[in-house]
Amino acid sequence: MAEVLVYVDHVDGAVRKPTLELLTLARRIGEPVAVALGAGAEATAATLAEHGAVKVLTADAPEFADYLVVPKVDALQAAHAAVSPAAVLVPSSAEGKEIAARLAVRIESGIITDAVDLEAGDEGPVATQSVFAAAYTTKSRISKGTPVITVKPNSAPVEAAPAAGAVEALSVSFSEQATGTKVTSRTPRESTGRPELTEAAIVVSGGRGVNGAENFAIIEALADSLGAAVGASRAAVDAGWYPHSNQVGQTGKSVSPQLYVASGISGAIQHRAGMQTSKTIVAVNKDAEAPIFDLVDYGVVGDLFEVVPQLTEEVKSRKG
Amino acid sequence: MSLRIVVCVKYVPDATGDRHFAEDLTVDRDDVDGLLSELDEYAVEQALQIKEAADDDAEITVLTVGPEDAKDALRKALSMGADKAVHVEDDDLHGTDVMGTSLVLAKAVEETGYDLVIAGMASTDGTMGVLPAILAERLGVPQVTLLSEVSVEGGAGGVVKGRRDGDTASEQLEASLPAVVSVTDQSGEARYPSFKGIMAAKKKPVQSLDLDDLDIDAETVGLEGAWTKVESATERPARTAGTIVKDEGEGGKQLAAYLAEQKFI
Ligand SMILES: Cc1cc2nc3c(=O)[nH]c(=O)nc-3n(C[C@H](O)[C@H](O)[C@H](O)COP(=O)(O)OP(=O)(O)OC[C@H]3O[C@@H](n4cnc5c(N)ncnc54)[C@H](O)[C@@H]3O)c2cc1C
Ligand SMILES: Nc1ncnc2c1ncn2[C@@H]1O[C@H](COP(=O)(O)O)[C@@H](O)[C@H]1O
Repeated sequence: MAEVLVYVDHVDGAVRKPTLELLTLARRIGEPVAVALGAGAEATAATLAEHGAVKVLTADAPEFADYLVVPKVDALQAAHAAVSPAAVLVPSSAEGKEIAARLAVRIESGIITDAVDLEAGDEGPVATQSVFAAAYTTKSRISKGTPVITVKPNSAPVEAAPAAGAVEALSVSFSEQATGTKVTSRTPRESTGRPELTEAAIVVSGGRGVNGAENFAIIEALADSLGAAVGASRAAVDAGWYPHSNQVGQTGKSVSPQLYVASGISGAIQHRAGMQTSKTIVAVNKDAEAPIFDLVDYGVVGDLFEVVPQLTEEVKSRKG
Repeated sequence: MSLRIVVCVKYVPDATGDRHFAEDLTVDRDDVDGLLSELDEYAVEQALQIKEAADDDAEITVLTVGPEDAKDALRKALSMGADKAVHVEDDDLHGTDVMGTSLVLAKAVEETGYDLVIAGMASTDGTMGVLPAILAERLGVPQVTLLSEVSVEGGAGGVVKGRRDGDTASEQLEASLPAVVSVTDQSGEARYPSFKGIMAAKKKPVQSLDLDDLDIDAETVGLEGAWTKVESATERPARTAGTIVKDEGEGGKQLAAYLAEQKFI
């Protein structure tokens, strides 16, 4: 059976959920061979094996942390040369997309970014994408080279599928470009203790209607009662009420949770672009004409300062 | 020598309009109003700020690959303050994918001469966000991408520095020129063209180039040359109309009841 390279997104050996989803998709096309780079690469193997990786190619070198993107491209290219896979799958993070794109140029292959589903086809894998702010669904495939496809979080279930997951050292020689862009300092993002926005099953977002940084406590309280991640519209972020890392939309994160709760958000096209594919959408807005109501499964026309705290109390009491 | 900045700008269908596909499954660019991609305005803005910081010892060229109407995007960038424009236009470019576009941009950038290329974080129609990285790969120069802050030190032979806010960390980056930069919408609001700027833009030079001028084989671009193929595009079915209630004092409880019924609680 053909092998499929899966690029592993991990933090010091802890594999992030979108990579496990990629393994599910990779198994539809062939046998997943994972590529894990940097500090903790070998520690990823056990989790990857549980989810179907037949092999885990690992490499660690200071270059992976000290320079931007290119060292990882060099490594993925080495893995491509070693395995001759049927496809290369990469998580659709900002960095993942750049790695995939540069690899595609080097191996003279087409690239599809931000797939939301993937299936095997007669002429290679067929990727589903959601375009024009999710107004259209397209199916595409790659007609030249080894298909390189980046896949959005929440595009497939995580499935247990035990495989060998044999660790093999990948030998990488760095290109001249590898050290072109130096990372002179790195400040890790502080953890909030809440689920990761793009991976969360429930996202609770606030917009301009929240009217102040301190009022975001209302949104956070609801999120915590539901075990949800917190999102924000760009208006709320631009006003300085909530960090940009929590922005949902075209220029923020794109989320596709089971449940999306929008409060004080009008539902502009750029916001919809990042949340329209959520399974269930509910909203609280005092303007009955707000476009967000076109999307909702359940909407409450009302003042969020009344409705949201009442909802939070009710959730808590129902949960006991 | 003064700093040569090339800004890549794309002409895109208006996102607030009714965007759709043409029969050949390419983005329909005829029926929908187009404009300079808002995300590329941030790139133009940073170019202008870099020029100002260099006491005007810089020249900004805006570059687009696109149909005749894409001149509108160039005009807008010129009226914001860019110095000159290059428009790559050729019938054979219809349907070009990111690999083809990046090839054309790379040739055009080289033809124009550059120390710094600045692009937007993503186009608002294709939203791939990968072109700047590909351009750096093709040009063989450093990529310093997705910056929310950018500065140049030391002019043409100097360095570019910037801050990249990633998923797990915020990084300070540095590379020697020449380099390719992309900037996010966190880099600072783009200025509006002034009346003076709009008038001045009318006199600024716009150079037109076609594939021959760039020595590009038509077969490597366009729909036929594309390395990806869209097989189908279907309009997403409208969401079925949901229940909407007006809060009469019990709105929160009603919403909770709905969420419980849907097993979220
Ligand atoms: C290139 C580009 C990229 C963009 N990217 C993004 C993006 O990634 N994400 C994003 O979100 N936006 C993005 N935008 C901005 C987008 O166009 C909107 O401006 C933004 O989404 C509006 O945010 P909002 O809904 O919070 O604010 P508004 O549109 O001002 O809506 C606020 C809503 O709150 C309601 N409200 C007010 N007070 C209350 C109350 N007490 N109780 C209940 N409801 C109340 C109002 O009725 C209104 O509907 C982008 C724009 C551009 C041009
Ligand atoms: N046809 C084009 N002409 C000029 N610049 C472009 C073109 N397409 C993309 N770009 C640039 O590349 C950036 C990222 O585009 P993309 O990877 O298509 O999302 C954009 O913000 C532009 O700066």
